[in-house]
Amino acid sequence: MSEAFEPILLRRVGKPNNTSIDTYMADGGYNGLKKALAMQPDEVTQTVIKSNLRGRGGAGFHTGSKWMFLPKGYTGPIYLCINGDESEPGTFNNRVIIEEDPHQVLEGIVIAGYATRATTAYFYLRYEYGRCYRTLQKAIDEMYAKNFLGKNILGSGYSLDIHLHRGACAYICGEETGLIESLEGKRAWPRIKPPFPAIEGAFRRPTIVNNVETLACVTNILDRGPEWFQTIGVPKDPNNPRDAGSYGSKLYCISGHVNKPGLVELPLGITARQLIDQHAGGVWKDRKAKAVVPGGISMGFLSADELDTPLDFNGPGRAGCLGLGTAAVIVIDDHTSMVDVLYNTCRFFAHESCGQCTPCREGTAWSAKILHRIRQGEGTMEDLQKLDDISKTIGTIPGTTICGLADGAAWPIKNALQKFRPEFEEFIRSGRKSEMREVVLAH
Amino acid sequence: MGSVRINDVEVDVDPKSNIIQAAQQAGVEIPYYCWHHDLSVVASCRMCLVEVGEKKPDGTVSMFPKLVPACQTPAKPGTVVITDSDKVKKSREQTLEYLLLNHPLDCSICDQAGECYLQDYTYKFGRAHSRLNEPKVQRLDKYHIGDQIALFTDRCVMCTRCVRFTREISGTSELHVVNRGSVEEIDVFPGHECNNKLAGNVVDLCPVGALCSKDFLYKKRVWWLKSANSVCTGCSTGCSIEVDQNEDKIFRLRPRENPQAQGSFMCDEGRFGWKYVNSEDRLLAPRKGKLGTATPSPATEEKPKSDLDFSDPWPNILNDVNQAIAEAARHDAHKFVAIFSPFMTCEEAYLLASHLKSINSHIRLVLGPVPVVGADDCYPKGPKGESPAPDKVKFTIRAEKCPNRLGVSAILKHFQGEVIEWSTVQSELAAKHLQSALFVGGYPQPVLSNADVQNLSELRLLIVQDILRSKLTDNANFVLASASFAEREGTVVNHAGLAQRCHAAVRPPAEARADGRILMELAGRRGLFHADSLLQEIGAVIPAFAALKEATMGELGVKALS
Ligand SMILES: Cc1cc2nc3c(=O)[nH]c(=O)nc-3n(C[C@H](O)[C@H](O)[C@H](O)COP(=O)(O)O)c2cc1C
Ligand code: SF4
Ligand code: SF4
Ligand code: SF4
Ligand code: FES
Repeated sequence: MSEAFEPILLRRVGKPNNTSIDTYMADGGYNGLKKALAMQPDEVTQTVIKSNLRGRGGAGFHTGSKWMFLPKGYTGPIYLCINGDESEPGTFNNRVIIEEDPHQVLEGIVIAGYATRATTAYFYLRYEYGRCYRTLQKAIDEMYAKNFLGKNILGSGYSLDIHLHRGACAYICGEETGLIESLEGKRAWPRIKPPFPAIEGAFRRPTIVNNVETLACVTNILDRGPEWFQTIGVPKDPNNPRDAGSYGSKLYCISGHVNKPGLVELPLGITARQLIDQHAGGVWKDRKAKAVVPGGISMGFLSADELDTPLDFNGPGRAGCLGLGTAAVIVIDDHTSMVDVLYNTCRFFAHESCGQCTPCREGTAWSAKILHRIRQGEGTMEDLQKLDDISKTIGTIPGTTICGLADGAAWPIKNALQKFRPEFEEFIRSGRKSEMREVVLAH
Repeated sequence: MGSVRINDVEVDVDPKSNIIQAAQQAGVEIPYYCWHHDLSVVASCRMCLVEVGEKKPDGTVSMFPKLVPACQTPAKPGTVVITDSDKVKKSREQTLEYLLLNHPLDCSICDQAGECYLQDYTYKFGRAHSRLNEPKVQRLDKYHIGDQIALFTDRCVMCTRCVRFTREISGTSELHVVNRGSVEEIDVFPGHECNNKLAGNVVDLCPVGALCSKDFLYKKRVWWLKSANSVCTGCSTGCSIEVDQNEDKIFRLRPRENPQAQGSFMCDEGRFGWKYVNSEDRLLAPRKGKLGTATPSPATEEKPKSDLDFSDPWPNILNDVNQAIAEAARHDAHKFVAIFSPFMTCEEAYLLASHLKSINSHIRLVLGPVPVVGADDCYPKGPKGESPAPDKVKFTIRAEKCPNRLGVSAILKHFQGEVIEWSTVQSELAAKHLQSALFVGGYPQPVLSNADVQNLSELRLLIVQDILRSKLTDNANFVLASASFAEREGTVVNHAGLAQRCHAAVRPPAEARADGRILMELAGRRGLFHADSLLQEIGAVIPAFAALKEATMGELGVKALS
């Protein structure tokens, strides 16, 4: 793929005064909104449907279709929640666009609000993102001053308020119904679906939840048109009528054992190998990659043989991973023990499981305990069987849990056992203790 | 109604029911923890997972690939449910293994053992061995969680039924979840312990031995308990209950589900309010003659019979009572009142009323004092403790603290043409217009003022049928030692006209007797007291009770009065 890809979402990063509304408008900002306000709300939705934009928050759901789920002709309040809880390990793209180009996101929010006839937008922002909070607050104030928010926006008759809400410091607050519960002031315990948020969401009203990057894409789609958006990325698979394609550019976060970790924007479909070699300066210390996380740790692992997998909405799944997720790529070099990697992963999910569903609550904690013992040199082959059982019995895919956190906890275990089993067996047989510095077991 | 297939059984179910209920109707058990029909659905324990599919119009069945929580899935017509496949069995086994991972398995000292869903389901659906090789999570027990309840934190399966109860039924929201993941626990805020008036229900709701009643704790293994269906006499709500006893000792009361009466719960006043049954002050034998002294000593009240004295004190005394009544009525029947307690059953009131009227129709039948405390107490409470709107009420503790005012009144009305209130008699007593009285008590707490007691004591004839010794019984010419609610059989009618049957759970102490039996003998009726036959008689005689004639009251009662 061309290295000369001209960034869209990131085009104002590092520019002077890039958070100010004047700079933004001088650069063509709020044109998308003006175009949207000149259309009927349904036409805006149709534009987004036509672009085939898919959600950037992790599930890759078709954004326009989600908006269409709202009840027709509903006269009560409709809410738009902006998911800025970004806590998937390895993921930091929301943070960068908010800090560097807040108006691009906020413009998308007003457009989405107009299209969905939302009356209020709640921006649910990860608590730890203090700088984002200040940047956004300032930008929102600027918008009110210029009537991009508030009553009768630019004389269109449409009114919208944005409430900036700081999150409750837990991974589960990013799950859309956990987010809604948290927003309502409760424990972020994800809700059972149905009803889906579009039917009954925040404060029991129809609610759309969209990721920050998704909304930034909406801004550009409205500005440049859906046809333009479809010129980027991977087209639909003609042999699969259900494939919505992987259009547009994506913010790839690269971290782990590379020479140049960071955030790059590229058309969807770049391979893991290209990303590492061409955009991250290759694996560090002249080592080789042993495993690569394709999209945040909950997506599982690609092995060294699978690095040519395209990182679009279909690629990681074909390689046995859970999906593209947040497209946060974490590179693990060949000096690193997968036992340690998996232990750390399981520890994360044990710590973050909200504790509602029995299989997730107990399964995640048990997997961490088993791996802890294996690292102490006290593992047995039976432990691998137990881990395998856990990975197959927790999650929405077998149907045993309420939300997808458990799938995210299961997948790394599943992939590690499928793709790196000899390493685990050798480690257990050797009776070695892990050399990695001891991390206190979460529980 | 729509047809649903559970394994191989086709059942017609209400489409509003879920798959657990549909399966119950088909005689198939689906295990569950978090679901309760009176609480919101959270579908989090995942014990109830089953395979579900749909019958297509062409007759074929297409099954969903995933397991589905039965509690959350409506039993729509055409639904096909499989509960006995390997997939379902494996899932149950795995869920139980997860639940038991950190469970202390201290069944041998756990109050719940014997009625524990973790035990029962593990026995039926679980695997025999735990594969946990790591230390279990340990959590501190919380005896302070409520005045009446203790939390054995380790045993909790996090079904959150208790939390939802305090949020949705009592509205007091004391219980909540703290921490996250496998170290989360149920807790209260300091100073906000779970002491609402419905708190005891969380013990019943808890499917395991995590929440225990301090009152019952370590008193009895549950498999020694036998239950009798009864009705709480604490207030005119008349909650259906079970009285759990062993060897004629009551150990606890529990609510018995009855949608027509109170629903699934009961209040703590009722639940723990039975202790007077075992009071030291219980009257243990009938007696003739006043005790005389102002402060009688127990020794003078009952001469303990020798172990070899098997004579029955009742026939002579009842004979004398009848003579005394006849005598008094002959003297001046207008100055004879019989005071009926609202704690009496309908059968008892009928027996006494018909007997007295047959002796002399001028004897006046009076409704005794009706204890009323405060106002009706409705739940769920709002955030500031305010009462719910009338259409949102889920439970009411009534101000009228007796079980059968309506029933007794209806009987009095039949025999008397009107219900004479206690206050009328009170003033007549004060004006010294009366000469004789028969007073039926049975109140758990004293209801008469000192002046009332004094005035009654001064009558020429005072017959008292009661359960607890008092100044009134000391000053009575005859004392008939009777039975508490747990010791007798009969029918009571609650505030809404629902007639329910109480069954005797234990025997009355010593020579005390169930009121029905006393009155049968007093009335000279043949045979034993039999509530059903009497009810048919009452139904035939008193139109208001016609609905009871068929005596198909069952255990849930019938609407008798309106
Ligand atoms: C455990 C868990 C955590 C999640 N965290 C986030 C998050 O931090 N940010 C986010 O945008 N989506 C997150 N999601 C996905 C959301 O549930 C939801 O799909 C997304 O916000 C929808 O937005 P989109 O359609 O624009 O992608 C998470 C999902 C799960 C299961
Ligand atoms: S799957 Fe895990 S995180 Fe999600 S609701 Fe259930 S317990 Fe909570
Ligand atoms: S204490 Fe009992 S009722 Fe409450 S969550 Fe635990 S198991 Fe459920
Ligand atoms: S509400 Fe009334 S009848 Fe029910 S338990 Fe309480 S006192 Fe007894
Ligand atoms: S009873 Fe269905 S999930 Fe708990």
